[in-house]
Amino acid sequence: MRKLHTLNLGTGTFVLLGFAALFFLTTQTTSRGWAFGSSAHYTLTAKFDNIGDLKVGAPVSMSGVEVGRVTKIDYDSKEYKAVVQMRIEDKFNQIPTDSDASIYTQGLLGGKFIGLTAGGAETYLKDKDQIDFTQSAFVLENLIGQVLASFTKSKADDQAAAASAGTKPTEKTK
Amino acid sequence: MARELWDSLIETLEGLGSVVRFLVRLIVATPRALTRYDLISQQIFNSGALSLVIIMLSGLFVGMVLGLQGFQLLQRFGSEEALGTAAAIGLVKELGPVVTALLFAGRAGTALASELGLMRATDQLSAIEMMAVDPIQRVVVPRFLGGVIAMPLLAAIFSVIGIYGAQLIGVQIMGVDSGSFWSQMRAAVSLSDINEGIVKSLIFGVACSLIAVYEGYNATPTAEGVGRATTRTVVTSAVVILFLDYLITAAFL
Repeated sequence: MRKLHTLNLGTGTFVLLGFAALFFLTTQTTSRGWAFGSSAHYTLTAKFDNIGDLKVGAPVSMSGVEVGRVTKIDYDSKEYKAVVQMRIEDKFNQIPTDSDASIYTQGLLGGKFIGLTAGGAETYLKDKDQIDFTQSAFVLENLIGQVLASFTKSKADDQAAAASAGTKPTEKTK
Repeated sequence: MARELWDSLIETLEGLGSVVRFLVRLIVATPRALTRYDLISQQIFNSGALSLVIIMLSGLFVGMVLGLQGFQLLQRFGSEEALGTAAAIGLVKELGPVVTALLFAGRAGTALASELGLMRATDQLSAIEMMAVDPIQRVVVPRFLGGVIAMPLLAAIFSVIGIYGAQLIGVQIMGVDSGSFWSQMRAAVSLSDINEGIVKSLIFGVACSLIAVYEGYNATPTAEGVGRATTRTVVTSAVVILFLDYLITAAFL
């Protein structure tokens, strides 16, 4: 009887620990967990020309403080824009209607997040409102493309200058 | 030479075939074995609860090594905050299931194989059969199921302890910011990563337990045969685990 008791106790402890660990992994190490025990919230949408690699679950912050999370990313095929839906906690319900949303990068190689900058309007954004002023993600490839373009352009200028400089003396010798 | 190669190929195929047939026998006997759930829970205790200490200790040290190594590496790029992400993804997807399975093969697999091998050697299995009880259903299936159930739980415990080990080194000793350690981890680890870990450890659980009970059940009924069955359990399990790990990782990419 004594042996059966310790057996049950051991098995029970092990199974409990195992499921506690699984629960911890699914709720505490992923962004998904916060969706369950979430407080009251409201949703906002914003349309961006380019969201880069913004992902569902990315934080939405104001002045660096996290106020919500991205809940849905969609594509508006009429306007050719990305539609980002975000969930803002209810206690941050005083966001002016003319606030703007920009997509920033965390650190040098970090993920993308949305930064809201408060505007000056007297009225506040409500549930299902849209943020009109948006700024697209900073796409590294575009920047590299521009730098390369300016490089090749200046190279072409140099060559043209060299060519014209080269032709001048030949004219003189003629 | 070619003759020997051919023979060993045939032998391997025969072995594989008999393992698969054994698995089918186990699966067929499973529904009836499930009615004796007390036997299964006893085996969960034997394979799982008794492996808990070695799994937790190993998880802690693996996590601490990850914390140390990851910190040294990430520091070069000035992104030591990503340590949480690196440790969590490494543990949940790879190290957790694989190291747990290897330890499981060493701790529980050998115990299963030698236990069954000794039952075979001392004719206990034949005695059970004499009493019109199917030894597969009464002895083998509970041990198999116990291992299959225990493995994902052990792997999850391993991962959690490992993450705390990495946190211990990274945050407490090396001074990575605790907030960014956890928040970057939360942002980067997705539910599919966890799923991959669970699927992996389930498959490893099936493979490890199957190899252990197969080797034990079919052991040569001598002292030497039991020893050889135990050795083969560990060697085959290790190779099969690493091979399956590659396959599953490729399938999830």
